[in-house]
Amino acid sequence: MSSLSPKSLGIVDTKTVNLGSLTLENEEVIQSIELAYETYGNLNAKKDNAILVCHALSGDAHAAGFHEGDKRPGWWDYYIGPGKALDTDKYFIISSNVIGGCMGSSGPLSINPSTNKPYKSTFPFVSIKDMVKAQSLLVDYFNINTLFAVCGGSMGGMQALQWSVDFPNRVINCIIMASTSEHSAQQIAFNEVGRQAIIADPNWNNGEYSQDAKPRKGLSIARMVGHVTYLSDAVMREKFGRQPPRGNIKNTDFAVGSYLIYQGESFVDRFDANSYIYVTKALDHFSLGLGKELTQAMANVQSRFLILAYSSDWLYPPYQSREIVKALEVNAIPVAYCELKTEQGHDSFLLPSDEQTKILRGFLNYSGRDQWQ
Amino acid sequence: MAINQITLERPDFNFIQNLILSGERVLDLGCGTGELLELLRSNGVKCQGIERDENCIISCVEKGLYVHHGDIDEGLSHHISKSFDYVILNQTIQQTLHPGDIIRETLRIGKKVIIAFPNFGHWRIRLTILKDGQTPVTSLMPYHWYDTPNLHFLSNLDFKNFCEFEKIQIINSAFFRKKEQIKFLPNLLSDLSLYVITD
Repeated sequence: MSSLSPKSLGIVDTKTVNLGSLTLENEEVIQSIELAYETYGNLNAKKDNAILVCHALSGDAHAAGFHEGDKRPGWWDYYIGPGKALDTDKYFIISSNVIGGCMGSSGPLSINPSTNKPYKSTFPFVSIKDMVKAQSLLVDYFNINTLFAVCGGSMGGMQALQWSVDFPNRVINCIIMASTSEHSAQQIAFNEVGRQAIIADPNWNNGEYSQDAKPRKGLSIARMVGHVTYLSDAVMREKFGRQPPRGNIKNTDFAVGSYLIYQGESFVDRFDANSYIYVTKALDHFSLGLGKELTQAMANVQSRFLILAYSSDWLYPPYQSREIVKALEVNAIPVAYCELKTEQGHDSFLLPSDEQTKILRGFLNYSGRDQWQ
Repeated sequence: MAINQITLERPDFNFIQNLILSGERVLDLGCGTGELLELLRSNGVKCQGIERDENCIISCVEKGLYVHHGDIDEGLSHHISKSFDYVILNQTIQQTLHPGDIIRETLRIGKKVIIAFPNFGHWRIRLTILKDGQTPVTSLMPYHWYDTPNLHFLSNLDFKNFCEFEKIQIINSAFFRKKEQIKFLPNLLSDLSLYVITD
């Protein structure tokens, strides 16, 4: 799709706002937090058409449209724009980054005002709950009381879930894709491999590395492992099979190897190793529980929910989504659940799909009518 | 299809909607594209459904219905006992792997259960087997042995015997022939049978 396509938002840019001080869940205080965001569409006079979009681990605020000079649009451009599932002719979309990351918001790369140096590994631990708290200040900044919807996949789904729990009166619709109420041992395991790869890099220096000598290899291996978990056997077979390496990468015998090395290398250019550790830890420590504990955690939510899982997602398997669905059903909270049949693994929620478009649009279109009391 | 038209086309829907009061909570197992739930919702009923077909689920979400994508054999155990006023099995039970278990589970989570199925005791079915020696293909069971989703065939009498054996109370029933409710010789004349049961 070209940037001039009538269905594209065209040129957009990322903005940053200072939201003052933030007290974290662990009672540490960040004096001055910045949050990066993008908006698409227009906020109406009643301020009741805003949808907050939350991104996944390595994502950023650039969800749709094109940055000046870029050939590739934002990560969810297929679903956000005029006439699309999240229709910018109807809704005001706020796409928010997270604190602890490295895509324009406060995190390990930010300057600590008390030392005038980057925080690096002295940045406080931030949880998913803290990320959501910072986003709530962004929503306040727009003078929006109630969000028409919060929507996110993977880590973004955890944020959406946390939003519904922490701000029950501020979320009308909650859309959670390819996510979970807590990481399983398998999910923690893959993140641990990634973190250990970073820590094992000779440049790591306990997180006090300089930007000229970053733990490149460690972070790129972490990304390679992560990338494998986002795909599926079927998609790898189809994309790479046993073909020889492609492009300039020669230190591997297979196409899948050269692809992963390329992904790892290009990730290092845009992501910070400390942030990778902070954000994966936020993911691993996120827990609303399972079963009865989760049911209790969800007892006071007020939103209506759409939960989407993907048949080929072995990293966030559909059973994790069903746990959330069951907790909501037991609380008699309105929830629609669909396990979309896909081949692309965990990445499925990011990829173009007519079925996902229909279901997102249908769910949002029907909001507010015949809602349960 | 318009809601008033659907009750003419589906007398079973009409019978069901007259049983359920506004504000009551209903779970429809095998809700298809959600026509019955849509009708009930228009009467103020709090509706939920379970359905295994993805396209049906998408249609339901487009209608604003709250549906759970999955098999009913797995989708019930988390529900609290008697948390629904009605659980509906409308022409679903004959397609489940373990109908006995499903019925017992629906009686646990529902105060009442509405169960409707094609009556295999209908005279035309009996005659086809006797006269032609063939498995009947009818409007409510329009499949051949090799492509049918129906795993079980039962008559009114079979169902009543099951209820008696399981000590399940039948509190209401209705029998239909070609879109009309009938009262006379139902096991011989009805093509669709509906029972309301409780434990």
